[in-house]
Amino acid sequence: MDVQSKYSARTLILEIIVILLGLVFLIPFYFLIINSVKSFGDILSNSASWPQQFVWSNYVDAWKAIDFPSALKNSLIVTIVSNLLLVLISAMAAYQMVRHPSRFNRILYFVLVAAMVIPFQSIMLPLMEMASAYRLSNSMLGLIVSYLGFGAPLSIFLFHGFVKNVPLEIEQAARVDGSNRYGVFFRIVCPLMMPMFVTVIILNTLWIWNDYLLPSLMLSSPEMRTIPLATYSFFGQYTKQWDMALPALVLGITPIIIFFLFLQRYIIQGITAGSVKG
Amino acid sequence: MNDTRAAQTTRHVTRTSGQRKLSQWIQQLVFVGPATFFFILIVIIPFFLGVYYSFTDWNGISRQINWIGIENYTHILTKDPDFRNAFWFTVRFTVVGIIVTNLLGFILAYLLTKPLRTRNILRTVFFMPNMIGGLLLGFIWQFIFIRGFAAVGEATGWTLFNLPWLGDRATSFWGIVIVFVWQTAGYLMVIYISALNNIPKDVLESAEIDGASRWQVIRNIILPLIMPAVTICLFLAISWAFKMFDLNLALTGGGPFKATESVALDIYNEAFTNNRLGLGTAKAVIFFVIVAIITSIQVRATKSREVEM
Repeated sequence: MDVQSKYSARTLILEIIVILLGLVFLIPFYFLIINSVKSFGDILSNSASWPQQFVWSNYVDAWKAIDFPSALKNSLIVTIVSNLLLVLISAMAAYQMVRHPSRFNRILYFVLVAAMVIPFQSIMLPLMEMASAYRLSNSMLGLIVSYLGFGAPLSIFLFHGFVKNVPLEIEQAARVDGSNRYGVFFRIVCPLMMPMFVTVIILNTLWIWNDYLLPSLMLSSPEMRTIPLATYSFFGQYTKQWDMALPALVLGITPIIIFFLFLQRYIIQGITAGSVKG
Repeated sequence: MNDTRAAQTTRHVTRTSGQRKLSQWIQQLVFVGPATFFFILIVIIPFFLGVYYSFTDWNGISRQINWIGIENYTHILTKDPDFRNAFWFTVRFTVVGIIVTNLLGFILAYLLTKPLRTRNILRTVFFMPNMIGGLLLGFIWQFIFIRGFAAVGEATGWTLFNLPWLGDRATSFWGIVIVFVWQTAGYLMVIYISALNNIPKDVLESAEIDGASRWQVIRNIILPLIMPAVTICLFLAISWAFKMFDLNLALTGGGPFKATESVALDIYNEAFTNNRLGLGTAKAVIFFVIVAIITSIQVRATKSREVEM
């Protein structure tokens, strides 16, 4: 309604300009997708034009070359397991820190927040050393444990800001009704924190799903490769073999784009909420 | 054991203070313990180990690690052209990157809070590149620069598109800037949109009635009121640009001739290509100190400009 009443010629011009800018933003996707179904010669002779014939077998070859089902499965396992454990331990820690602000918890919280500026490069070499000492290298478990530790500061920080706004009265009422702290947390506080769970899971999913460096240091067996790892090793083998590479890239970005298109509203809300707190 | 649990759940008033203390200890352990354990194991111990290794000649293979004092640091600061080069690239890239992404992010947000009919779909379009990780993005853009730009150059005859985008020192810098902007402007746009939506409408309306120009409104009303978002967006852009790794690795591999090697990539190469892990960790310690200083100065500087609504 608001939109209708204010719509003027000026707005129309503005709209056209922004649409054109949007199209410019989409051009890389256009190039990627149309060239992924061309023959190699067709890619080289005219990269901009519509395919002369659609070579769908490119996708079959790429699917096999990067062993897509296995990479997808590995990415899903790492992302899902890390996420679930990370929100659980972070929410619990944040809750306790807010409700029991002892000296220890205040110092711990300060250290966690301060640690957020530590770049991954500053810890990666000793971390790898430790991982091989504890036989955690080349294992999914080692990778997931690393995400738990490196992801905890931001996740705790986000939950901390949220729990502070959860009214204490509800919890006190539950305590009076005979529930213990664990019951209060899981039955009362967790449901209230749902929006924050969504936010933290989204932020961590984007990070973990797209991460290359940590998995590349932690996993060496081909059968454990996540999507970024499979893509990287594929590019090492087929340099400039664009008729294989482009479909592989399309396959690689499809899961996260689908994730985005389905959960768009929550992702944008989550990022907004996460950034306001962060 | 069963007795204490029963006492806890039914909350007998007769519980002794010793039991209460014990149950509080257990609660602390259960709630905070796991996160603290992983955090210390993965971040704190490696961080201090790294500081220790930075004073050694550790090469990652040999069992013998010798303490060599500040030799790594003096080496990096006095005779390491690669580090200086990477640092200079990172600084230039960060300055250009944060200015362009924030300007574009703000302009997009400003336009997309106007009553446009297509604004929801356009928001999606501008935000979407952010879903793709730096590594795949780098490979996609490698193709765009090599084949796509050439095709556009052929069709239009514009020399801009016929430049050797990834093969030349100057253009490869701007190539990485273009990809970085394409990826991150939409994310900052989302944050700016929410800040713009939070500005009370009556403030803007009264400025309009008072006859303020569009530019005056932006400068004197909108900008001060969205300062918290500016703080966050600058912080995010600085830390992304400064810690950039995947994008360079996939797009240029740091080339040509290390022209686009970021500090993060230089640390990686020092450790894994040259097998000088002691030197690599010393670089990482310096890197950490710089990141910490820059981000804290920036947050302090922009926070002081925030106004209460």
